[in-house]
Amino acid sequence: MRGTLRRTGDKPGPDVILTVLEHRAANVGGMREREAVAHLLRRATFGPTADEVDDAERAGLAATLDRLLDPAGPDRGAAATPTPALGPDPAAALAQDATREQRQQVNRERREQVNTLTAWWLARMIAAEHQGDEKLLFFWHGHWATSVRKVRSAPLMLRQLETLRRFGRGPLAPLVDAMVRDPALILWLDGQQNTRRAPNENLARELLELFTLGIGGGYREADVKEGARALTGWTVDRRTGVARFVARRHDPGPKTILGSRAAFDAGSYAALLAGRPETARFVAGRLWFRYAGAQVPPPADLAGPDTVGTLRRIFTAPAFAQTRDTLVKQPVEWLVGAARQLGVRPATLSEAGRRRLLAGLNALDQVPLRPPSVGGWPAGTAWLTTSSLQARMRVADQVAGAADPAVLARLAAAPPAGRPDALARLLVVDRWSDRTRAALVPLAGQPRRLLVAGLVSPEYAVS
Amino acid sequence: MDVLTRRRFLVASGVVGASALAGGAAAYRLNDLLATAGDRDPQARTLVLVTLYGGNDGLNTVVPHADPAYRNARPDLAYSAEEVLRLDDGTGLNPALAGLHRAYGAGRLAVVRGVGYPKPDRSHFRSMDIWHTAQPDRPGTTGWLGRWLDRAGADPRLAVSFEPALPPLLAGERGAGASVPVTERESPPRLAAETLTALAAVAPDDSPARARAAACFADLGAVDAMVRQVRATPAAEDAEDDGETASATATGGARASLDAQLDLVARCVEAGVVTRVFSVSLGGFDTHADEKQLQQVLLGQLDGALSRFTDRMSRTEAGRKVVVAVYSEFGRRVRANASDGTDHGTASNVLLLGAPVDGGLYGEPPSLTDLDDGDLKFTTDFRDVYATLLERVLDTDAGAVLGGWRGRLADAL
Repeated sequence: MRGTLRRTGDKPGPDVILTVLEHRAANVGGMREREAVAHLLRRATFGPTADEVDDAERAGLAATLDRLLDPAGPDRGAAATPTPALGPDPAAALAQDATREQRQQVNRERREQVNTLTAWWLARMIAAEHQGDEKLLFFWHGHWATSVRKVRSAPLMLRQLETLRRFGRGPLAPLVDAMVRDPALILWLDGQQNTRRAPNENLARELLELFTLGIGGGYREADVKEGARALTGWTVDRRTGVARFVARRHDPGPKTILGSRAAFDAGSYAALLAGRPETARFVAGRLWFRYAGAQVPPPADLAGPDTVGTLRRIFTAPAFAQTRDTLVKQPVEWLVGAARQLGVRPATLSEAGRRRLLAGLNALDQVPLRPPSVGGWPAGTAWLTTSSLQARMRVADQVAGAADPAVLARLAAAPPAGRPDALARLLVVDRWSDRTRAALVPLAGQPRRLLVAGLVSPEYAVS
Repeated sequence: MDVLTRRRFLVASGVVGASALAGGAAAYRLNDLLATAGDRDPQARTLVLVTLYGGNDGLNTVVPHADPAYRNARPDLAYSAEEVLRLDDGTGLNPALAGLHRAYGAGRLAVVRGVGYPKPDRSHFRSMDIWHTAQPDRPGTTGWLGRWLDRAGADPRLAVSFEPALPPLLAGERGAGASVPVTERESPPRLAAETLTALAAVAPDDSPARARAAACFADLGAVDAMVRQVRATPAAEDAEDDGETASATATGGARASLDAQLDLVARCVEAGVVTRVFSVSLGGFDTHADEKQLQQVLLGQLDGALSRFTDRMSRTEAGRKVVVAVYSEFGRRVRANASDGTDHGTASNVLLLGAPVDGGLYGEPPSLTDLDDGDLKFTTDFRDVYATLLERVLDTDAGAVLGGWRGRLADAL
């Protein structure tokens, strides 16, 4: 079973829950272990189920981390949510002299493809057993933030996800090298308009500022301009969706970038950036920011030889333990985690139910494949607004309504006085504050409302 | 990572203000403020801040058509004297800005030229952080209007944004503005008022972020009641599929149309709510390619929305106390690139609009030949504009908000 978090049909009854609670109360050491693995799982996955925490507690913190970072065995959840066969981009078949109606039809088909892809990804995030990898993919999507609103092509967005999945665990150099030639990224940042005659700085600038060195990473305006020259010549064939190098559009002359002078092209430029220590530091800092938050500064020497190595340093850093209760969940993390804990499986929902889930993410202002800008999504308390709270309450009610009846039954099986604690176990909240307990106790007789209140509570919104 | 680097890192993420926000959230209780909020002072003015995301090309907004250097630098993008809407012998507005041109004729539009800050940054995010924080040397973690809000009592209803994520400019040390959705689907409350009230309580062991999450429940009651009061009819627009038809942009901006945002502002102003600052935005100005037509479309949207809004505002006493300020994170380079667009630049115009405004041209137009690495040198520091708005619209000691800044924009307000 190494590498797969156990998910079985044997749900513990209320007696087991009470035993666990007594165990927690009695055994301080055990409680620490449980809280430590719960903290790790809350951050490294979209949201662990109570069974997964039980399992991890038995395996211990070290073994749990190994499983997360190096999952073994097939991922049955991923197998059950196979990548959709999108087929070609409908726009590829569009003739130059297509009528208005034909173009509208193609646009409709493209939107449908995008909806299919987005719905699939959400279902995959919920179902995947290799949760560490799945969460990391979402991190990279927010890092190389590319929006389908401009790219328009679902097949190209899927290809970018596959590239991020393929290289995301490893060292940075192959990832950066693949991304400077990624068709969706090129379209997103006007790379196809970057030619020898007319360099366009958009991709070169964001590459330095947001993807590799980061602001303050020691580059200057001249490096942006020279970098744009290095990237000239890459275009995307809209028909085939393939990124192609067109030699006559490329500027082959020597460029001076970050103090090195050479006839840089996309590959050697990517290698130069990926090899800079500032890049490793910046990316490690961004990982810390998303997995540990901004309240506790990242420790020194966080960057490992590859991204999995960096994640290991993050999760084992003493400072990581201090970040508990400080990280505001992004809406996608919040919704996917809730769906996992409540046993909601999009595949078993009606078409309308699936659409409601995506509409919920839209209302929460975080739809996968549609980041608001190349800078990615906001973080921290920017998500905690009166407007987002209203949306969270609506979506929480939908999720609670779609919960696995067995989950509701288990909650109802606990004696009323124990239901707030049973809810804490279900949602993997270490403990309720007196404030939230006071809100939950009167709802003990109304399981659905109890769930909604738990999902919107400060203890659940901030992990 | 030292504090400075960590700050940079927050800034790069576009969440400047978030930590300050979390840090101070527990320091105020909305219920305490509610009791003291009282009626709005009928003499008080209102600021509507319009952010244009992406870097609007200032030279093709307020066009120096008579300067030969303008046409030489961008022959295919330049507007001629015949095309522009005349402001004076050398300057005219983009042809899409007919409504603003009428306001100029009526003495209600001030055009401040050459507005910028020292050592301009050409990153959208960094430059926008500088505009939001008004701290060009080192953008901190509070916005300039957030610091005003701190001084004004930190009641979130005083500063309202119609974007779901809070713009950093409204984040203060002690509190933050409220963000209110433009489109709201009416739905029965799923949680009873008692539950919401219970969740709003402060727990002694709350982390700052959790305290902020609890404070949202408190704010919810107050902001909700205020907006519901003025929302006469449910907004017609449904945000659900907005993104599919809206123009895509890599540099942000509100999803709801500027019209819809300003409509809600107008209703709030007419109802006499306590809000003194509204923040709205329009995105898509990052015109690296095929700029001329694209910018005209966007400026047309801006012009239509602002004209309808100011016409409506001119009809009420409260509306005649509204000042609109329009800015973008930077202008664009003087010389066109070869994709018929322009790359990121520096100084640009700030527009001030409304009945209290003394219309005209302000600030020195930057030279088109004496450039800094191809870009305009700013002639008016943006803090002069902010200071004037703080003093003349928000009745605040600007120096206290702007680190002792002394410059002012003479006579515009």
